[in-house]
Amino acid sequence: MNGAGTYRVVPAGDSAIIVEFDERIDPVVNARTVAFADAIQAADLRGVRDVVPTYRSIAIYFDPLRTDGDALMASVEREATQPSRELAIAREPVRIPVCYGGDLGPDLPGVAAFAGMREAEVVRVHTGTVYRVFLLGFVPGFAYLGIVDRRIAMPRHTTPRVRVPLGSVGIAGVQTGVYPAETPGGWQVIGRTPLQPFDPARDDPFLMKAGDAVQFYPIARDEYDRLVPDSHHLPAAAAARRSGLRGIV
Amino acid sequence: MSVVKAGMLTTIQDAGRWGFQSRGVPVAGPMDPVSHRLANALVGNDRAAAALEITLLGPVLEFVDERLVAVAGAEFELSLDGRSVPSNAPFTVSAGSHLRFGARRLGSRAYLAVSGGIAVPPTLGSRSTHLVSAMGGLRGRALTAGDRLPLGDPTRVPGTALAPQTAIVPLPDGHATIRVLPGPQVEYFSADALDVLQSAPYVIGHHSDRMGFRLEGPRLTHARGADIISDATPLGVMQVPASGQPILLMADRQTTGGYPKIATVIAADIAVAGQLGPADSISFAVCTPREAMAALIAQERALMAVEDRRA
Repeated sequence: MNGAGTYRVVPAGDSAIIVEFDERIDPVVNARTVAFADAIQAADLRGVRDVVPTYRSIAIYFDPLRTDGDALMASVEREATQPSRELAIAREPVRIPVCYGGDLGPDLPGVAAFAGMREAEVVRVHTGTVYRVFLLGFVPGFAYLGIVDRRIAMPRHTTPRVRVPLGSVGIAGVQTGVYPAETPGGWQVIGRTPLQPFDPARDDPFLMKAGDAVQFYPIARDEYDRLVPDSHHLPAAAAARRSGLRGIV
Repeated sequence: MSVVKAGMLTTIQDAGRWGFQSRGVPVAGPMDPVSHRLANALVGNDRAAAALEITLLGPVLEFVDERLVAVAGAEFELSLDGRSVPSNAPFTVSAGSHLRFGARRLGSRAYLAVSGGIAVPPTLGSRSTHLVSAMGGLRGRALTAGDRLPLGDPTRVPGTALAPQTAIVPLPDGHATIRVLPGPQVEYFSADALDVLQSAPYVIGHHSDRMGFRLEGPRLTHARGADIISDATPLGVMQVPASGQPILLMADRQTTGGYPKIATVIAADIAVAGQLGPADSISFAVCTPREAMAALIAQERALMAVEDRRA
């Protein structure tokens, strides 16, 4: 125990170590986690393959044949015993336009009923919070954002949908996020964004990274239609299939 | 090179898409990284070059120019234009040559390397196919008949082939003993859980794939519930949902998960695990970090012996 709070280092097999902080989902703990991961990444140690911050721990993946274990542990100790930093200076939030409700947000009425609010109020509450990206996972570019206002924090569907379209904005308890690809999913879908959270062809393929601030803002349907690229919601393979079908029909 | 018949599941894999797990991008890469590297060494490629991973039922391939080719990993009958060719040895193909994978004798996954490597455009620095996110390889999917694969420039002159090598990965015949190290969340389980894990073999369930093996065997008991705050999921880690039946996470695993993880397969035994398939069984054996390192060094020496001899 020290001024920086407790931490412990746990091996995960012979090619990874996990550095753990306090066992809770908390913006301060997560800020420390992200800063720690950035520092280890910046140290650029030989043999380190990947540094992965999650809610309250960091996985450091390394090649045991190329990594100096002592140097790695020394870096970890040095960084972990740094005094707690201030919460990172609030970066300009990533602003994400969302067309709420209608066929793009089929669960908005359900969330409104859950909250005992009108749909417009749910939108106001969802857009009124600046969220933190706690981590990315599930599929490439999927950011777990929090913390959603308790009033609209509806649990996920008991039976997930087979297909949730790319760009769908969902709520699952106190988490919210944007689906970066068409996947199965159980989150309450309240709207859709024309932005693509992950596009490997872009200079920066990722819209968000751990530690970012994110704020949603409402747009009308005609603006959504104007902003959404033609290729949106159609991964290359699906687009090819679709155009083939059009040829037949 | 073109695909005449695709086989059951043939994908392009290099050494994996490292460096983007913090953005939710899975690593992918070969299920048996040792045989993948051996195949590349046999044709003079860089160890990380893209090769084919061939699963259970092999393809028929046609070549369009002269190349060195080698197949390592699972043992298949191989015939080049009707002539039998050996595994674990480079052979020369020429324009119009057909290589046919026949009956499989042992193991689940073979690796076919071609001098110059497979030169599909990389995504986020890697050519590895990740099927679930439709990324890498050829348009993110398994190969199908009619596909044409671009090849890179060979760094080695064909015709100076190495003698056949012995396989480095011992191919399992339906069963393998796999060594693990405890953790990272062994304290989430009852005190006897590691003993239970080693008490009898686990069978690999039918809903098992490149993401992971669903194991059926002695039930592991949680001591602190079956949920953790989601964290990172290393290669070879065994996560245990409420059912008490572990899931062994393999090449295409997601980057994070919310189940406690009792143990992790040592790096040296990932290759053997990657040669197993549905209905095969695994006996787990807890080892020490020292044993894990010794096994990895022995494996590395065997690979380097081949890589050094090719020059």
